[in-house]
Amino acid sequence: MLLSLEPRGQQSRAMLWLSPLLAAVLTLCSGALLFTLLGHDPLATLHTLLIAPLADWYGVSELLVKALPILLCALGLAVAYQARIWNIGAEGQLLLGALAGSAMAIQIIDWDSRWALVWVVLAGMAAGAAWGGLTAWLRTQFNANEILTSIMLNYIALNLLLFFVHGPLKDPAGFNFPESAMFGDASRLPLLSEDGRLHAGLYFALLALVAVWVLLQKSFLGFQIKVLGLDRRAAGFVGFREKRLVWFALLVSGGLAGLAGVGEVAGPIGQLVPQVSPGYGYAAITVAFLGRLNPLGIVFASLLMALLYLGGENAQMTMNLPQAITQLFQGMMLFFLLACDVLILYRPRLKLKWAQRKTKANTEALA
Amino acid sequence: MQKKSKKPLLRALVAALGFSATLGASAADPLKVGFVYIGPIGDHGWTYQHEQGRQAVIKELGDKVETSYVENVPEGADAERVIRNMAKGGFDLIFTTSFGYMNPTLKVAKQFPNVTFEHATGYKQDKNTATYLSRSYEGRYVGGFLAAKMTKTKKIGYVASFPIPEVIRDINAIQLALDKYNPGSEIKVVWVNSWFDPGKESDAANALIDQGVDVVFQHTDSPAPIQTAERRGVYSVGYASDMAHFGPKAVLTSIVNDWGPHYVKSTQAVIDGTWKSQDFWGGLAEDTIRLPISDLVPADVKAEAEQIIADIKSGAFHPFTGPIKDQSGVEKIPAGVAATNAELASMNYYVENVKAELPK
Repeated sequence: MLLSLEPRGQQSRAMLWLSPLLAAVLTLCSGALLFTLLGHDPLATLHTLLIAPLADWYGVSELLVKALPILLCALGLAVAYQARIWNIGAEGQLLLGALAGSAMAIQIIDWDSRWALVWVVLAGMAAGAAWGGLTAWLRTQFNANEILTSIMLNYIALNLLLFFVHGPLKDPAGFNFPESAMFGDASRLPLLSEDGRLHAGLYFALLALVAVWVLLQKSFLGFQIKVLGLDRRAAGFVGFREKRLVWFALLVSGGLAGLAGVGEVAGPIGQLVPQVSPGYGYAAITVAFLGRLNPLGIVFASLLMALLYLGGENAQMTMNLPQAITQLFQGMMLFFLLACDVLILYRPRLKLKWAQRKTKANTEALA
Repeated sequence: MQKKSKKPLLRALVAALGFSATLGASAADPLKVGFVYIGPIGDHGWTYQHEQGRQAVIKELGDKVETSYVENVPEGADAERVIRNMAKGGFDLIFTTSFGYMNPTLKVAKQFPNVTFEHATGYKQDKNTATYLSRSYEGRYVGGFLAAKMTKTKKIGYVASFPIPEVIRDINAIQLALDKYNPGSEIKVVWVNSWFDPGKESDAANALIDQGVDVVFQHTDSPAPIQTAERRGVYSVGYASDMAHFGPKAVLTSIVNDWGPHYVKSTQAVIDGTWKSQDFWGGLAEDTIRLPISDLVPADVKAEAEQIIADIKSGAFHPFTGPIKDQSGVEKIPAGVAATNAELASMNYYVENVKAELPK
């Protein structure tokens, strides 16, 4: 018996929906097997990982708090990736957003007016967009590969942030510890409810979601971006200006990543610390593809990603499951999800023998 | 409909079961103790030592406690969630073991007045939040004594993390020991701006050795400086855990953080209901730090070192006893007076004979 994959010629509508289900079944089965082998009750463990974190409203709100920065970054990345502009720099753009937002918040730490928050958020978005713009400039001006430049700019952004948090933005009353002063209340994102940490960043994410959806699905600009992504030469022939599209895509994706960054410092953290992001910008790359570059898909993917983080902590806390095991489970789930997507474009076939390559005479006869 | 009608019954059943369980076991209910770690438990340094402390709690208190930990918790927005989830999950005592957890710990502590929190290395306390740290400078002083006796080049190296008071204090302690036991010796400092970065730590150790240093101290958590010292044939002093096996021909001693005694004591205090918020400084006397001295050190020097340790333990000697001047010659601690905890906690100057410049 041999399993082979044959190209379908066009996307299978059924598989678009079935592949995530199949992946879920495979993940649950192999996860259960893994936990059983390790001597844990498989059902209880899966419950701890996937359901218990969402047991109450507080859990859901924490899930949203965790998903927000990933979602914002991934939405921005989707715009760039649709145009086949491989921006790997969301992490750096996020960090720069956090840095600029914090610098602004420290400047206006005494302000009481609501405008303080507006300035902080604008500073963060602008800095993220500028950092993305740097990649766009290098690409349009020097034809530098954006994958390389955006990755390297991540390190520069991280070290800029570390320099500022160890230097100019350090809390003068903080005994030289590397963190800024707590922001003034006026520059913090307001909480949406008394209990929990869900903040006004949720509105930004919803707004971004709608905007990106309209842009990609309904606008002429989005159409141009997609054409550019499908065939650069064709886009050139119809007169779409590639340079402008590159700039646009990277500014949007940088701006959204910057918004994610400033949302973290002005939201749950409340000050600038060296560890603003545990790699949200990189997680967002996975999330963007997991959501198939579709804004709604990305919402589900980012929620799933956030759930995996929360579940992992929960399993460590309540079952003493080592982090390595929960990460293994997370890896399996992402692998199955992406692997099953092969079935959208390919049809699996079980055969008894390898297919014989058609002889030359045969093909000629057919022609 | 059917589903709905079943639920109350189930709930009642669960409640009844739970109620009888609490009734039966209230006296013997184990205290739930949680630990939040910054690194992986296998880092051979900081987190590893806290994990050893947790093991000590289990060993000492057995059935009276139930412990759990979460490792690799980033100091950003995630820390608050982990700490709060522990508090919500019924933990009675929570140790947060990295400086960056300070504000999240205090925030959660306000919301859970019945849960007890202890935060390592911080400077903010509350009714239900204590802080604790180790007087690692006592160990550094003894290490400085050993270095003074063992150095040939009169140059001592220090692989430093961040210019916070704890690190500055420790550098000063070494200089004070050098001044006393081998005057004219100097300490050279390289900042790596990280607590755990084996590559940078090893580069820093190499740079120091290239400048003629023949005893390398470290205020970072990886064994890399020790391995570098071993390879280059110079001495070193380990930190956080006993690092002797990483450099059998290099390690004179290690300043071992032993959190076990404090964790056991605090946990017992919570069980007994006698716990009080405090700013705990554990040193040699409290067994929070230990100094296993290697046989590389000649017997008479070792005996002298043991005597210094005994004097610090008994309180007969304090490494920061005046007169102590800063680099510009201003007297910071008057003659015959020992520095207070507050003075130590805010130390932001190098003592007189340190030839380096403090990063601002």
